[in-house]
Amino acid sequence: MSELSPTTPLTIDDLLGDRRRRSKERRTQVLLRVAAMVSIVISVLILFVLVRGAINFLRAIDFDVSMLSDTGWFTRRDRYDLRTIVVGTLVISAIAMVVAAPLGIGTAVYLAEYASPRVRNVLKPIVEVLAGIPSVVVGYFALRFIAPELVDRLFNPAKSQNMLVAGLGIGVLVIPIMASVCEDALRAVPGSLREASYGIGARKSSTVMRVVLPAAVSGIVAAFIIATSRAIGETLVASMASGLDGSGKFAWRPTDPGLTMTGAMTNAAGGTDNVAAGASFEVLFFVGLLLFLATLALNFVGDRFVRRVRQAY
Amino acid sequence: MALVPSSSLRHTRQSVESALHRKDRGGAGLALQIALLASVLITLLVLFTLLARVVSEAMPVITNRGFEFLTDSIASEPEKSGVWPGLYGSFLIGLGVIVISIPLGIATAIYLEEYATSTSRLSRWLVINIRNLAGVPAVIYGVLGLVIFVGWLKPVTQGKTVIAAALTLAVLVLPVVIITAAEAIRSVPQGLREAGYGVGATKWEVTRDHTLPYAMPGILTGMMLSLARALGEAAPLILIGAITGFLPATSLTGKFTALPILIYRWSGLPTDGGEVDWPNVAAAASLVLLCLVLFFNVAAIALRNRFERRRVGT
Repeated sequence: MSELSPTTPLTIDDLLGDRRRRSKERRTQVLLRVAAMVSIVISVLILFVLVRGAINFLRAIDFDVSMLSDTGWFTRRDRYDLRTIVVGTLVISAIAMVVAAPLGIGTAVYLAEYASPRVRNVLKPIVEVLAGIPSVVVGYFALRFIAPELVDRLFNPAKSQNMLVAGLGIGVLVIPIMASVCEDALRAVPGSLREASYGIGARKSSTVMRVVLPAAVSGIVAAFIIATSRAIGETLVASMASGLDGSGKFAWRPTDPGLTMTGAMTNAAGGTDNVAAGASFEVLFFVGLLLFLATLALNFVGDRFVRRVRQAY
Repeated sequence: MALVPSSSLRHTRQSVESALHRKDRGGAGLALQIALLASVLITLLVLFTLLARVVSEAMPVITNRGFEFLTDSIASEPEKSGVWPGLYGSFLIGLGVIVISIPLGIATAIYLEEYATSTSRLSRWLVINIRNLAGVPAVIYGVLGLVIFVGWLKPVTQGKTVIAAALTLAVLVLPVVIITAAEAIRSVPQGLREAGYGVGATKWEVTRDHTLPYAMPGILTGMMLSLARALGEAAPLILIGAITGFLPATSLTGKFTALPILIYRWSGLPTDGGEVDWPNVAAAASLVLLCLVLFFNVAAIALRNRFERRRVGT
């Protein structure tokens, strides 16, 4: 570089900079790429572990599909009635969404459309605090408050822990998810739509109900789907409050004790002796694969809806 | 005009027409506003009931035991049980998350935002993959940890130990770290990078000296959120065999437990009717966990708000 003079033309080498910096740049790039690959490796491993375990399970029960339907989920007797855990999961998630959807959407609309900036600055962090509460604490709350003070008094169920208690607990847990995804969707609606509506004389309520909400509908659907996926995959509240300890009869009434897919999984893994073998352990992977595919499908659809909001505006 | 969905146009016209012709105004609007306010109040009521319940049930433990509750070990009677082994386990898990997933997550985010061309198939796959990982339920990570970290990597982790737990939770929060760090890096003004390239810096030099420092508050926010998540998560720990009974001592390679596992266990124990009962101990442990988790969450929220305000000005 130093021998540059007006007569010798610049070459590519002069512009590239010195070799040490260049090789460092290349090494960094390789390193970063390797780091990025880790997340792909994780996904591949998850899928591999689940599929391999699920196949082992099917082999352990000799592909005897009749074992997958019975009057209930009794792993010790090798009865794996999928209906029991799937219906249990659906009932609990449905209750959760009945609670979380209106509260979440209402909170989001209030925050995005009605609250003054000052109120919003106070309310939004509070909702975010709710989002930060660990699920095990909500599980404790479900056992110690929702069960004795609400469900026992209002519905008088046979057993204090039941699907309704678990569903209400999970509902509490997913309200903030519902609220924050909805609020993002509402705030993505351009102000010009609201102004156009006001400009031709519409009231606030008509503007919100007939202009803003319809324009944000795909974001609200996305919020619903993402929250449902979270409710289905929630483990702690379900296994603490749903009332069945790893096995039980088929039930669909909300006030009956039930079992979720996640509850069945924690129980299969945490058996008394941890000799990791046999169908009653391998069923963990089979149920895990079903759960993984269900939440993956929901998240995928939810993501499509979220992106539709972003593209439109 | 193409931006506006035709349904909104139609609704707009309808609502304007009806608004102009209607006599009574405000009734529906008032009802809507009351309904919205009610949903906000119910949400707040739930939050405050939860916090009040935890605090009031934890009260006997706090008044009788004070700080001893933090330093005592697990015992068979609620009057003597403390959370020390849980705190120890949770601390090591937090440390594992900081050491493993934060550098890895930031590196991935840098690769995605600065190095990978956004149109390449690889980076598209990476983004889709990370988004999906973020939505995978926590139990599934427990299954992964059970097979990979407890099983395959037994020579390293010694089986069902706190090391396996830390690795599992580090993997669990990795997508959160990546997504928040990538967002922070994306929000760095392009001019900053161009100024760096203009004076001849390499891509890594620009990233290290300009982009990363500018994006730091956002990256820190992600760190806090992921720590809070890791400390509160219990489902994967149940799967990889955190124990809920008695622990001889706190160790790296022996049996382990964590704060949320203690709450899980104590909440389910039958009550014996004493002044300090299992539910009280569970509530006190919940209070400790809430303080830890909310500290990190509030720090993250405060950091982000400051960060946003500063950016608005520039």
